[in-house]
Amino acid sequence: MLALFTRDLKLAFRSGGGFGLALAFFLIVVMFVPFGVGSDLTLLARIAPGILWIGALLACLLSLDRIFQLDHEDGTLDVLATSPLPLSGITAAKATAHWVTTGLPLTLAAIPLGYLLNLPEPAYIWLFASLAIGTPALSFIGAFGAAVTVGIKRGGLLLSLLVLPLYIPTLIFGAVSVIKSVDGLNPLPSLILLAGLTLFSVVLMPFASALALKANLN
Amino acid sequence: MSFWEYANPVKFMGLSGRLIPVLSVLTALSLAVGILWGFFGTPDDYKQGSTVKIIFLHVPSAMIAINAWIMMMVTSLVWLIRRHHVSALAAKAAAPIGLTMTLIALGTGAIWGKPMWGTYWAWDPRLTSFMILAVFYLGYIALWNAIEDTDVAADLTSILCMVGSVFALLSRYAVNFWNQGLHQGASLSLDKEEHVDNAFYFPLLVCIAGFVLLFVILVLIRTRTEIRLRRAASLQARNT
Amino acid sequence: MPDLGKYADTVILAYVVSFVLLIGLSAITWVQSRRAKRLLDAEEARRGK
Repeated sequence: MLALFTRDLKLAFRSGGGFGLALAFFLIVVMFVPFGVGSDLTLLARIAPGILWIGALLACLLSLDRIFQLDHEDGTLDVLATSPLPLSGITAAKATAHWVTTGLPLTLAAIPLGYLLNLPEPAYIWLFASLAIGTPALSFIGAFGAAVTVGIKRGGLLLSLLVLPLYIPTLIFGAVSVIKSVDGLNPLPSLILLAGLTLFSVVLMPFASALALKANLN
Repeated sequence: MSFWEYANPVKFMGLSGRLIPVLSVLTALSLAVGILWGFFGTPDDYKQGSTVKIIFLHVPSAMIAINAWIMMMVTSLVWLIRRHHVSALAAKAAAPIGLTMTLIALGTGAIWGKPMWGTYWAWDPRLTSFMILAVFYLGYIALWNAIEDTDVAADLTSILCMVGSVFALLSRYAVNFWNQGLHQGASLSLDKEEHVDNAFYFPLLVCIAGFVLLFVILVLIRTRTEIRLRRAASLQARNT
Repeated sequence: MPDLGKYADTVILAYVVSFVLLIGLSAITWVQSRRAKRLLDAEEARRGK
């Protein structure tokens, strides 16, 4: 499983592996916001928590099909499926690799991007914490969507339609904790709920992903 | 005579074929009685005026919207465990009905909301949850349409239904948390259930029964369609 | 028609929208059912040959 994890990591970092694309997308989305809603710093400060969370979420979404597609196309996935490694272990390893190459960098990138949107001072630590805790959930839930749509040609849009509703609780708990920190309220309850959600996703989604892969591979 | 005998497509077609004429009559009757009674035979509400009459469409459609999904959950589970095609196809059949009911609930709610709340839409937890439900239905239907192999499609949509149900439930709590967490709870409680008032309660019950029967008959017809299509496809493969 | 008062438009609109959706759904269901039956009968006839 560790070998699979490091292999996926190496593949992502290679050129064409899509590593920087998610970050670039995140930056562009954040840049678009003032173009769309105006550059008034007070307004931007008000919506910054949500925008940063949505931007990170969408950037995660974009790289989801990589998780299984490439291996499916060249037959590696079939080989992996017949290996002694349980399929749920495979999906978990791949989801983790996705998080390290996407969610984690996005979490780090969110901090400087927060300055672009005039995010208030007290919110930064909570932005970082909520993204650090929440992005693994996005990867593991997203991996499920990727597993379901792996056999579908040009299934990117369908993948989004399936995964985005599943992202709603994560988005809510993540964004609410940051917003509460801005308003001077207690962000901890929301953060704890987010942590619970991530724990649930990390533990259970690999099994659902494995079931979906099995359906697609037979 | 076990219930599971009707998992056999032939038996299912037989039984449903016999049920549908009877059900059509019952459905038409209860819908007609319920809606006409509700529309013509009930007084205006002192607060909501005649708009209270919308309740006879709004509440039943909302109930079916939720229960259709629950039915899909059950039939999906049956497919995953017992591999009865009739069950998987019944789930597929129910989805568009559930989606339509969700849209009716959202639509009548929005129309009712304009004069009552001054707005067509509010991000009230209940409305938001219904909108999320509509999107879940869309995703489910889209997935069925994206996959050619019936068995693979049945598997994937069933798994999606189960996972989606968990997240739909989580979303319900998250949305409640979100709305009261951020703002003053919208004091728009459309859902002061008028059920308490007998004048509305009984016509409403008849309407609900009518909608339930409509759901049942539409699911039966649509499942029969799916079974026929599947059989035609397999025959076509053998004929060519 | 009962006196719907000032909310007449609202109530009528709600009912019309609902009926359109319900009748539309039922109509589509019926048409698809007939088409499927025709298709199956055709395939079974070919097989019977």
